Amino acid sequence: MPGRVSLFVTCVVDQVFPRAGMAMAEVIGGLGYEVEFREAQTCCGQPAFNSGYHKEAAEVAEHFIRTFRDATDYIVVPSGSCTSMITHHFRDLFPPGSSLREETEYLAPRVFEFTQFLTQVAKVEDVGARWDGVVTYHDSCHALRELKIKDAPRLLLRNVKGLELREMGAAEECCGFGGTFSIKFPEVSGGMARTKIESILATGASTVVSIDSSCLMQLQGAIDRVKAPLRTVHLAEILASR
Amino acid sequence: MLIKIEQEQSIRKTVADPKIQKAVYSATARLKEKRSEVVSPEALPEYQELREQAHRIKRHAMENLDYYLEQFEKNLTAHGGKLIYARDGNEVADFILNLAKERGVNMLVKSKSMTTEEIHLNERLEHHKLETVETDLGEYIIQLAGDRPYHIVAPAVHMTRQDVGEVLTRTLHVERSDVPEEQAKIARVTLREKFLAAGIGISGANFLVADSGAVTIVENEGNARLCTTAPKIHIAVAGMEKIIPRAQDLAVFLKLLGRSGTGQLLTVYTSFLSGPRRAGEVDGPEEFYVVLMDNGRTKLLADAEKRESLFCIRCGACLNACPVYRKIGGHNYPGAYSGPIGAIITPQYAGVAKDPWLPFASSLCGACAEVCPVKIDIPKILLSLRREVAEDNAGEAGSPMERTAFRMFAWVMRRPKLYALGARIAGKFAGLPGLTSFGPAAKWGSTREVPRPAAKSFRDQWRDRRKGAR
Repeated sequence: MPGRVSLFVTCVVDQVFPRAGMAMAEVIGGLGYEVEFREAQTCCGQPAFNSGYHKEAAEVAEHFIRTFRDATDYIVVPSGSCTSMITHHFRDLFPPGSSLREETEYLAPRVFEFTQFLTQVAKVEDVGARWDGVVTYHDSCHALRELKIKDAPRLLLRNVKGLELREMGAAEECCGFGGTFSIKFPEVSGGMARTKIESILATGASTVVSIDSSCLMQLQGAIDRVKAPLRTVHLAEILASR
Repeated sequence: MLIKIEQEQSIRKTVADPKIQKAVYSATARLKEKRSEVVSPEALPEYQELREQAHRIKRHAMENLDYYLEQFEKNLTAHGGKLIYARDGNEVADFILNLAKERGVNMLVKSKSMTTEEIHLNERLEHHKLETVETDLGEYIIQLAGDRPYHIVAPAVHMTRQDVGEVLTRTLHVERSDVPEEQAKIARVTLREKFLAAGIGISGANFLVADSGAVTIVENEGNARLCTTAPKIHIAVAGMEKIIPRAQDLAVFLKLLGRSGTGQLLTVYTSFLSGPRRAGEVDGPEEFYVVLMDNGRTKLLADAEKRESLFCIRCGACLNACPVYRKIGGHNYPGAYSGPIGAIITPQYAGVAKDPWLPFASSLCGACAEVCPVKIDIPKILLSLRREVAEDNAGEAGSPMERTAFRMFAWVMRRPKLYALGARIAGKFAGLPGLTSFGPAAKWGSTREVPRPAAKSFRDQWRDRRKGAR
């Protein structure tokens, strides 16, 4: 057995896109890892952090740390944004020298976004998936700019049998979600999603793929509103399909 | 986070205006494209190194500002120039007005300067019957139109050539032309007379070089060079953060500024001005002043976390990269500076309570920080400002309702069983009509379909699977 993986499925995946979480578990399990899910997990605290509520974010982060502190080997997350919250921003929530800060420093290197885990830890580029259709990949902002994830998801997609990957012009432009931004500035947020959809449509792809469910929630909501002939899929679901 | 109804309406109006949307999106796309070509690893392999260097030089300069200001003043004075300290816009205007009065000047020309936009210098001078003429083509059009700049480097980016043709015809009573080259010719003829008649030329400054006491100005039209040499008096108005230690530092900044702003390797003109005309020289002003303005900058300097906001060299790259700027445009930002840099500078100059919504008008996508030539961590500063708003317990800026909501959020998220139960209940009621007609769901639903929780959450599915396996 190559190792043990503890899943952090994120609140959005848990509540809205459980199939993405199940697919991730399937792919990782299929590689021979022992997969566990800790029921005490909830959220990474990002909504509070991004809205300026540090104290509240720190409380949720502390809960995360307590839940996963003894998780051995790896913690894998189906979201770039939540991964980045844990690996890049948790440390800002606790004062230097505090025990929680130290625990963060200890925990963070074991936390991986799903495609990071596949390509860097499991070192696989082809999971043996099959998915027929033309897709385009949406770079989610925190995955791209904070975690520097750009090639891994594309590499994994290109190795899926039957799948054609077409790049869109605005691949790196934000979908407009931005957490509470999406409800504080609905017109701006929705407008950004429409700009993104235009770029997706221009590729001729029928499906847009992301590694972040919150982007997919935003894009699917806008797609349904404008009735565009598109669907959104989390990368894990494509990799789990046979 | 409070936002005025009028502000919200104005944003909504801009987003819904197809003409503005097209003009701004395509112009920023062009600038974005040109920039990425000239900073690519093939075109400029040392680009990332240059950004790092620029950041370090600026940090050093800001942390030793007292030393470099003194050095700048000493060297400037040695060349016959004079340094004036101004605490705010009033003091800048007073100095210019007094000098104009003493010298009997009633008309002055100006080259492009965001610093003077920041303090509404033109209005202040015009108020005292001092005719002030902008000479950068974009700024001139904006001035004629009675408008304000839309973009840090492209002030008239929101206007079509037809808009420009209309403004020129209406204000200068010339024959209508919608051809940009002809429009430039019209402006050039009018402005040439102004250059020759003006008693004072006002410029901004891109850099104040401490070791040489020189003002560096970059531009593309040659109007700044005329403004600073044709009139008898030249006054450069600059924010005190424009100081850089050495002339050789320009090798870093000039490589970055043109590339980041307009995709040019260098701007067409780069002027180094160090004092008035000397004996035996054929041109240059007789008097040379540098007005060094604070206007809130020392307050920023004192803040170690957000100090790097002062590193900005006003290239405008973050505006072109910003998906929010590209939607809401330049005029919805309060203050002279728009886009991501405006969203971090304006609240720091004016205080977060004035426009508490501004730091929240961002999806925190990070595209701004990615293109910033001096590596200002704009998202981090936005987060810091959001924290100031959220923690503003006086209630001026913060929202008590939101605070309560996040307290509840944190409380529930530390109680997994409660979270799971709450989610299960929410899942049951999610489909009910009417539930999405108020609160956050209604806001979301105004532009997108509201997502519905899955019939069975991940944790429930996982538990079922494990039960089945047993």
